[in-house]
Amino acid sequence: MAHPIAPNSWHRNREGLGIWEGRGKVVATGVGTSPTARRWDERPETSLGALTIIAIRKAIEDAGISPDEIDGIVLTPESTTGVSNDPMSPAPEGFDQVFKMVDFPQAGITRGDIDWILLNMPELKNVEFKMNGPVCMSVALTTAAEAVSRGLTKTCLVVRGWHNLAGRYYVGQGAAALNTSSGPGKYGGIWGMPACATTAMIFEEYCNKYGKSHEMMAPFVVEERRNGLMNPDGFYTQHRPEMITVDDYLSGRWIAKPANIYDNDLPIQAALAVIFTTPELAAHHAQKPVYILNHAQTRPELQGVTPTLAEWEASSDKMGRMLYEGAGIGPEDLSFEQMYDGFTLFHQFHLEGLRFASRGEKRGYALDLYQTDISIEGPNPVSPSGGNSGNGRTRWWHHRDCILQLQGRSPSQIKRKAEYGVSGAHMPNFCDALIWGAGPD
Amino acid sequence: MPKQSPVPTELDQPFYDACNEDRLVVQHCGPCNRFQFPPRMMCARCGNPGLTWRQVSGRGRIKSRVVVYDSPVSTLVPEQPFNVATIALDEEPDVIMLSHLPGVPVDQVPIGAAVEVIFETTPATGQKVPEWRLAGS
Ligand SMILES: [Zn+2]
Repeated sequence: MAHPIAPNSWHRNREGLGIWEGRGKVVATGVGTSPTARRWDERPETSLGALTIIAIRKAIEDAGISPDEIDGIVLTPESTTGVSNDPMSPAPEGFDQVFKMVDFPQAGITRGDIDWILLNMPELKNVEFKMNGPVCMSVALTTAAEAVSRGLTKTCLVVRGWHNLAGRYYVGQGAAALNTSSGPGKYGGIWGMPACATTAMIFEEYCNKYGKSHEMMAPFVVEERRNGLMNPDGFYTQHRPEMITVDDYLSGRWIAKPANIYDNDLPIQAALAVIFTTPELAAHHAQKPVYILNHAQTRPELQGVTPTLAEWEASSDKMGRMLYEGAGIGPEDLSFEQMYDGFTLFHQFHLEGLRFASRGEKRGYALDLYQTDISIEGPNPVSPSGGNSGNGRTRWWHHRDCILQLQGRSPSQIKRKAEYGVSGAHMPNFCDALIWGAGPD
Repeated sequence: MPKQSPVPTELDQPFYDACNEDRLVVQHCGPCNRFQFPPRMMCARCGNPGLTWRQVSGRGRIKSRVVVYDSPVSTLVPEQPFNVATIALDEEPDVIMLSHLPGVPVDQVPIGAAVEVIFETTPATGQKVPEWRLAGS
């Protein structure tokens, strides 16, 4: 069954809205992360659905609460950015003997689904509030923040899982395999750019404008892998626990130059669940509450066949202004930043929009910042979770780690005091982001 | 380059018909005095549905560039690596088109250089599409 999404009025998508009405009224407590895998091996117990159930049970246990207390769920149903099965494709044999099935067979396989979860988790018997946060976990998080602040749910699960099937993710799949092109792809897609090329194109424009180079990305990408390898839940820690070097990065296979293989995040299977509640109820949760101080949204305006540097800079600047306005803090208050990094080559657009660690610079400074100490031990921790690049493609490691950092229990805990953090995804002009605080102010 | 052949629709038939006559036309909004591409049912800025197709000079500048080594499009895989550039039209620098810049060696795309439109026949249906070459080349 289709569940509603947040009305547009819930999204804070313009300036002048003032302090967010929900500021300090919503907190995150428990966090649950499933094991990771590179691809699905078609066993029911390793499916997207199974991983989602694991993540939810772990989050409830982590919060130290009873499943009875969960009265809401916000879920991102999409569970890939690649080419995948039709929702009505039959499930592999045996799946329906392990899990109860809903009205489309790919639920729990290539689609997240609230009804499927509730059917297969009988312990969640008091869920009344059900909403989807489409496309990105960022939307599920901002939707759940609004829902709790509006009193629509008191203890809410926020959930997103990812699947990755056998075979190539985009190449030669679907429309790309044809010798004709219909739909919007015909205006740009026929030139054959892979997914990362749009970002690479704007990164190249950025380098040309500000006198920077792809080599200057190396310290950031290497540091992200280091941070990711501290995370016991990350894909690389679990399956490829080898550090990368600057030389590895510089000799990486090109995908769309200047984007190489290390600038692309690795598709994986994984699921995350987080518990949102009120500060009052959080008093009996086992984990320290982390406050949501604001959230904001940007969407493309007038975009042509491909976005431009000017659009990405304007949109991420607006995101910075909206976030700070509603949270009542400024860039100097941030203890760290965890904006999205999959692709690595657009991280700096987010970072500069926030003016993170700026010494008065507005634009064109992030790659210089990457040459300074951006480690978790230093004064300006950049992407302390390691993000997608350091942990695999989920678009949520950075959100998760904002909660863990501010609770003081991140596996890659920053050395400076963690008081305020920011996380958001995904594109610089298509982004949903949150400001998190260790306290309500 | 063996591009996929675009299949025209009612909305963009004038654009593709003009391509087949070696003319570049772009949707124009009179009230905004603004061009837009890709084609839409109405002006993306003001909502005006009364857009006209205007022929443009076919001149532009190279805005940025990449070199594709791993294309998702099957017909182009044998051509790898190949250039893709963004072209900003002289009449409306916000209007961007893509180009393989035929004749320009990989890694040698000059950002900022002037380019002019040519029309390339796509193999599957013979439909022509805009392409670009360095001005005067
Ligand atoms: Zn108009």
